[in-house]
Amino acid sequence: MIEIRKLTLKYGEKLALQDISLDIPKHQVTAFIGPSGCGKTTLLRCLNRMNDLIDGVTVSGTIRIGGLDIHDPALEITELRQRVGMVFQKSNPFPKTIYDNVAYGPRILGMRGQSTLDEIVERSLRAAALWNEVQDRLRSSALSLSGGQQQRLCIARAIAVEPEVLLMDEPCSALDPIATGKIEELMADLKQQYTIVIVTHNMQQAARVSDYTAFLYLGQLVEYDLTKQLFVKPSKQQTEDYITGRFG
Amino acid sequence: MKRFWKSGDPFIWLTGGALAISLLMVAGLVLLVLLNGLGFFWPSPIVLLTLSDGTELLGQVTQREAIPQPDAPPGTSTRYRIQVNVGNRDLYGADFVWVEEAAIARRDVPAEAVLIERREWGNLYGFIKEVRDNERAVASGPEAAWSALQALLPDATSTFKEIRRIEKKEIGAINSTQEKIRLELKKLQLSGQEGGSEIARLDKEMEGWAAKYREQEPRLATVRQHSRQALIVSVIGNKETELPLQQIVRIIRPNSMGVWSKSGVYLSRLWEFISGDPRESNTEGGVFPAIFGTVMMVMIMSLLVAPLGVLAAFYLREYAKQGVLVSTVRIAVNNLAGVPSIVFGVFGLGFFIYLVGGSIDRLFYPEALPTPTFGTGGILWASLTLALLTVPVVIVATEEGLAAIPPGMREASLALGATKFETTWRVVLPTVMPSVLTGLILAMARAAGEVAPLMITGVVKLAPSLPIDGAWPFLHLERKFMHLGFHIYDVGFQSPNVDAARPMVYTTVLLLLLVVLVLNLATILIRNRLRKKYASSAF
Repeated sequence: MIEIRKLTLKYGEKLALQDISLDIPKHQVTAFIGPSGCGKTTLLRCLNRMNDLIDGVTVSGTIRIGGLDIHDPALEITELRQRVGMVFQKSNPFPKTIYDNVAYGPRILGMRGQSTLDEIVERSLRAAALWNEVQDRLRSSALSLSGGQQQRLCIARAIAVEPEVLLMDEPCSALDPIATGKIEELMADLKQQYTIVIVTHNMQQAARVSDYTAFLYLGQLVEYDLTKQLFVKPSKQQTEDYITGRFG
Repeated sequence: MKRFWKSGDPFIWLTGGALAISLLMVAGLVLLVLLNGLGFFWPSPIVLLTLSDGTELLGQVTQREAIPQPDAPPGTSTRYRIQVNVGNRDLYGADFVWVEEAAIARRDVPAEAVLIERREWGNLYGFIKEVRDNERAVASGPEAAWSALQALLPDATSTFKEIRRIEKKEIGAINSTQEKIRLELKKLQLSGQEGGSEIARLDKEMEGWAAKYREQEPRLATVRQHSRQALIVSVIGNKETELPLQQIVRIIRPNSMGVWSKSGVYLSRLWEFISGDPRESNTEGGVFPAIFGTVMMVMIMSLLVAPLGVLAAFYLREYAKQGVLVSTVRIAVNNLAGVPSIVFGVFGLGFFIYLVGGSIDRLFYPEALPTPTFGTGGILWASLTLALLTVPVVIVATEEGLAAIPPGMREASLALGATKFETTWRVVLPTVMPSVLTGLILAMARAAGEVAPLMITGVVKLAPSLPIDGAWPFLHLERKFMHLGFHIYDVGFQSPNVDAARPMVYTTVLLLLLVVLVLNLATILIRNRLRKKYASSAF
């Protein structure tokens, strides 16, 4: 599904990602783990070119998503971002109603019909397991939701435009264990339809939710394997040290 | 002692004290204005003072003060003097006199004494003698004349209003149409046409309007003739004066009035002040044109300043590359807020009025020259000048609001495939709106209270007509206008009759404070509604 080849990224002179090659399979959850500053979030943000927003970033190498080169100048960046949705570390609903939050993406795409929008909003909220909690107050402010609900709303908002890939940047780091559990359950459901890439600090979480895991360290891909394989029998000493908690 | 300082209690006292001092000063100002302003409308008793030398004075006591005695030995009792408003400016010359209290032999409060507020010459104090209709006495003696007066007065007032209406509305409309035709004729002449059907048609039309004008004159004379009722009032000094009933605004006998009827007079005077036109070079009557001018100027200014400030702030914060240049611009904008307002006034006069207005006149109104249309002060130019004066406030407030929006919000929108413009328009702008309104509140408060730049960009002491009226195109942005702030300055410091004008200063200040309060409350209400819409109750 996603092919990353010889990806190197520099912030100015500083090397943040070095020669990374990686294949992410379709309809699976792939986790990026590693200590802080290892480049896992940067790598994730390469996939929908969010790094373009930062001044002084240079990228070399290729990334193909579903066969499409994302650095192709003919590709509109907005189209790429519709195909690759993203959920952020800190939940960031718009200061609008719950309904308007979810309908934001479809409206950007030019959808106007009230019944179509209603349908998309309901389907997205159901897919994000939030419908039952908010169906009576779709017109109240999104900021009145709890932290966990806000994060699920952000997931609903991301999937409302029906992306192929869903990027999640430490989606549970600001949540309590119960809310985290809900989101993890959600990921297991969502992978039926979407290819999910998740960045996490929490190794138990990676072990619980992901099918594949990539371990990054200092901007380099150390090991990439089936999660079961990587956690049970890592092939590199560095990986073993990290997952057993000897550093990082 | 050390523990006392470390506990932080002194700091609480310090902060609380600073707030208390600020509040106390504001409360003191408001109280002073309230006491001096609101008391003015209350009908105080008319006193008849007989001085030890036999002179009599009839009027209302306005103030009392100690006479300075710099050379008196210690222990001398303080002497006081009172100021009496004796009115009758047309008869006595000066209507305020100072009387030493020691010189007063008798102080009476005659029940039949009347206070007549006139359309010209200010108050008249005296005793009613008789009511005449067409030189013939209708009722004589204080009581009979008083009741006759009550019956005749409404009719006289309506006659006066009718005369005013004919003069202002009907004859005014004829005049303005004639002026328009005259300008059109001149325009044709300027374009080189000497004769032709168009000029003939306009000449004929002009003739028609002139005929209409001639029709109005006898009509006005008839209405004036209709009511020749007059009141004979005897005033102190064994004099009599004749006063046409149409000249009477209000006639009261405060010495024989109860609290309720006094309250009625109070409210009616208050209403006249708010809704009426000024009289006697602004020292009497109302300030409605000034209220209207102030509110309208502030509104036009808000319409101009909000888009300008918001767009500039968006460019500075969202699009411009942050660097030395942008920082310099930002500092310059902040400093602009500290430039004396009169400098903005001079700029408005030079740039807006002479350059822009003058060019408009040359291009679009050449027929009216040398009389300027837009090339002179007007409400549009005054509003523009004030918009320039207050734009830094809006820019700073909007920029602060933009800086406070978490970057995650913009990223979320971009990650959904929105362009930068869509993000700005649909997410950033609605979120920053409360901050914009905060800036606008500050700007409006500043603009409503500003006087200096207005004096040279379009405010006048007395504007003949409001900037909005029934004549096409209804909104006359080129017109000069009245303003409460300038009214305060004019009445307080430029008035020929300082004593009569002083209470007006306080009441006008009070009204200006009230207008600012109402404008601000309206904006705060809108802002709170917006905030509620986006309420963040989860945190």
